[in-house]
Amino acid sequence: MTGRVFLLGDNVDTDQLAPGQYMSGGIAELASHCLEGVRPDFAETVKPGDVIVAGRNFGIGSSREQAAEALKLLGIAGVVAQSFAGIFYRNAINLGLPVLTAADPSPVEDGDTVWLDIDNNLLDLSDKVRAVWLDPLPDNLKILLADGGLVPHLKKRLAAERKGKKA
Amino acid sequence: MMGTTLAQKIIARAAGRKSVTPGEIVTATVDLAMIHDSGGPRRVEPVLQELGVGLFDAQKVVLISDHFVPGETDEGARILELTRQWAKRRGVPFHDGEGICHVVLPERGHLKPGMFVVGGDSHSPTGGAFGAYMFGVGATEMAGVLATGEIWIKVPETIMIEWEGQLPRGVTAKDMMLKSCTRLGMDGGQYQAVEYAGSAVRALSMQERMTLSNMAAELGAQAGLIAPDETTAEWLRDVGGDPGDYAGLCTDPDAALLERHAFDASSLEPQAAAPHSPANSASVGEAGEVRIDVAYVGACTGAKYVDLKAAAEILKGRKAAPGVELLVAPASKRDQDRAAAEGILGALEEAGAKILPNACGICAGYGTHRLGEDVTCVSSTARNFKGRMGAASSKVWLASPYTVAASAVTGRLADPRDMLPEAVS
Ligand code: SF4
Repeated sequence: MTGRVFLLGDNVDTDQLAPGQYMSGGIAELASHCLEGVRPDFAETVKPGDVIVAGRNFGIGSSREQAAEALKLLGIAGVVAQSFAGIFYRNAINLGLPVLTAADPSPVEDGDTVWLDIDNNLLDLSDKVRAVWLDPLPDNLKILLADGGLVPHLKKRLAAERKGKKA
Repeated sequence: MMGTTLAQKIIARAAGRKSVTPGEIVTATVDLAMIHDSGGPRRVEPVLQELGVGLFDAQKVVLISDHFVPGETDEGARILELTRQWAKRRGVPFHDGEGICHVVLPERGHLKPGMFVVGGDSHSPTGGAFGAYMFGVGATEMAGVLATGEIWIKVPETIMIEWEGQLPRGVTAKDMMLKSCTRLGMDGGQYQAVEYAGSAVRALSMQERMTLSNMAAELGAQAGLIAPDETTAEWLRDVGGDPGDYAGLCTDPDAALLERHAFDASSLEPQAAAPHSPANSASVGEAGEVRIDVAYVGACTGAKYVDLKAAAEILKGRKAAPGVELLVAPASKRDQDRAAAEGILGALEEAGAKILPNACGICAGYGTHRLGEDVTCVSSTARNFKGRMGAASSKVWLASPYTVAASAVTGRLADPRDMLPEAVS
């Protein structure tokens, strides 16, 4: 599935992703204000399959899981950044939101049409001339993401184990 | 071959690998999982139900009630009841009302150097004082750990924080941490492993070391390690624990580090962190005239036996200033009993201290004791975020137990060094 690129800078923090003043309104309300401080058009125009490309320290700030949850709810296919804040990275993977590092995302421009090809470690640009190589994810995280996050992954795994025991 | 860090050694063992490299993501087996009443049963049980499984190993789980103890509110009482029922049903070791989780866990002999441990609380790095790799996770991840006994981890880089020299009297681990938070910033730890080293760290008692590791959380580190030594081993033997074979559990001299920060302990002065961040510290003398309403000696960070003892050194034979509320919530029952036996608790009470339950108390802000509108408090806790301990208009200054005690006496933020008893030589 292709999507559009939202290009952001360094240090996009959890308060920009999940603004504190809307925390009590539930995740849908929170998501509707996602990134409004840096990209006022974001929550309104984002479509499933879109990709965020950012600089360093994406997700810095608090440990609130809603920061990753909001992006997931809005249908973001994944975030590609030069680096991620540690807790955001954990939360994102566990919630099933692909987060990928790339040493040099500079060929990407805002509004580009792209396809996030996690299996081939590639952010494929539509003109097929440029491409961004992603740092490969280890298999354990690839499986987690493919299953949709920690809880669905465990469900699947534990069910398989139970079946294995019975057989 | 290049040397490795303490963090790498522990994680490699837990992941069943010969070695691991920083940045690499591995799946590791946990040796122990700690949960408390707030983030524990009430949050993890629904996930376990959803998964349709029990605990990976009930004997590798420790449950401690502290956040809602003593259950003063209806909600608190309900949560405690649920916690107790769960402990029985799931058959896990349970410490009920014995104190704050980060203090109870080691003092009941659950921790051992080299262990790989997860905790359902953000101050879980405290366990690093014992040479265990311990870090905090949220409730959903904890449920995953309880179901499988495993967790994925990105092998951290190590940031070495070195303190050389001898701490002056009246200056403590808490002052070291306020200084470090201010120098490095609250994300200076970059969710990597911080390791504390140097002669000043080696000289610290075990409980003072726990304060360093505890506040690795305020540095934004994943873990706050201290290589185990004879001090660690002796403390663990004392509480009936097992130090095991800890030789080699250290960072090799030639291991690659992300950063190295050097501090001088001998020139450190008592610190106070202005509202609303632990990274807002300066020496107490620079803070100017700050009148206080409440002096709080509490929390896993600042109400262990050594902290109570420090406060009593100042408060013995003195009284809290009129109008100042002096509150003391000893971090554990064991520490309180020891303080009582040694006359420390008595000295605090004579100074006018009100003794609160062995629990998180005002630090968690869940009970009936909360800071009122516009109240200014000086506190031995770890965090002074806006509204954490009560009204949004309340102001919390963070300081060492010595400084909290001295401030209680004068009614304003005060340097404790002027009030220390003559050193016995
Ligand atoms: S005393 Fe405070 S910092 Fe410690 S565990 Fe309780 S709430 Fe957290």
